[in-house]
Amino acid sequence: MFHRFANPARFLRLAAAVQPWAAGATVVLLATGLVLGLVASPADYQQGETVRIMYVHVPSAWMAIFCYSALAGACAVALIWKHPLAGLAARATAPIGAAFTFLALVTGSLWGKPMWGTWWVWDARLTSVLVLFFLYLGYMALDNAFDDPGRGAKASSILALVGFVNVPIIKFSVDWWNTLHQPSSVVKMGGPAIHPSMLTPLLLMGLAFTTYYVWVLLIRIRREIIATKIRALQMRQAAGQGAAAPAAAPAPGEAR
Amino acid sequence: MKRKHKRLTFVVIALGLLGVAAGLVLSAFEENIVFFYSPTDIAENNVAEGRRIRLGGLVEEGSVKKAGGAVVNFRVTDLTTVIAVTYKGLLPDLFSEGQGVVAEGALQGGVFRADEVLAKHDETYMPPEVAEALKKSGKWKGPGESQGENRGKDNNK
Repeated sequence: MFHRFANPARFLRLAAAVQPWAAGATVVLLATGLVLGLVASPADYQQGETVRIMYVHVPSAWMAIFCYSALAGACAVALIWKHPLAGLAARATAPIGAAFTFLALVTGSLWGKPMWGTWWVWDARLTSVLVLFFLYLGYMALDNAFDDPGRGAKASSILALVGFVNVPIIKFSVDWWNTLHQPSSVVKMGGPAIHPSMLTPLLLMGLAFTTYYVWVLLIRIRREIIATKIRALQMRQAAGQGAAAPAAAPAPGEAR
Repeated sequence: MKRKHKRLTFVVIALGLLGVAAGLVLSAFEENIVFFYSPTDIAENNVAEGRRIRLGGLVEEGSVKKAGGAVVNFRVTDLTTVIAVTYKGLLPDLFSEGQGVVAEGALQGGVFRADEVLAKHDETYMPPEVAEALKKSGKWKGPGESQGENRGKDNNK
């Protein structure tokens, strides 16, 4: 089943068809979610207007975990089944996930100062999310640390898989230990502890962030495929030049 | 066995072992991972005077007394044990009776001297009108009656 999508040419056709839809859905969902969240939804009975930070913070945090799971999944497929497309998807996902994690950390800090009375504490939830951010940075650094992209991909994939232990720790940190961070409001026993007028914009923002991820992911994978092709062309050209020097004049600029 | 099956088995076993190792490490360090201790934890473990810890619980209803010069005295409860806290400084916005707090400081003569007080927010989100309606209908399970209402009115402005 995987194999059908492993063909880059078929993937490129599929991506070109899906990308405008993902872009359109992102624009519509983000606009609706922001209007509902920042204007139409009520202030909270305790937090007042500060509650609106949640509409960016919570979807960012969801996406931070979702992207890491996708990254680890893609790395596993790349390591075990050697699908070239999975490796490209992992490479393409990492910076998006790192950006979402950064956004979650910053918005959380901005919320924490007025509500808790502090920008930052070293409780289990906050610390494990900071570790997630460093895992993303470590993955990207390791991926680019080798001259041979294949070795970089292998080393960084192993790091991504090892780092996956952190994902359940983040999710359950608020249940396993006492933390300053509150437990989950949306996924909990007995239904969400969040009023529908606030849950609707939150879920819309979550969907918008997901379609945004798909949109940017497709752009980035296409870019990775093109970069791989260029590298292959350059190597072929270099090899050709070595054999029969000036006779085979390369088309100028083609390999840049 | 094909090579990819070998790799799959290896990855699954390695991840499983890693998960077990992480679980063991985390449970061994549980004492250091918890962010605060409840009043009962502190009473049962005979925490030494002067040792810096964080105390977490609910601010007992009717216990907050301003003692002048920005000094506040209140009691923190986990509904089993109560510890008196004295604190000098600014309190966070969410601080109120019945609300969760985390205070950092040390025990001194049976009183917890805090030098930092953080408010703990629970996972409940609702508009002020709903909070008021719940209180009227007697289904309210949240923090401090009077405080909650005042806050709701403030937010409407």
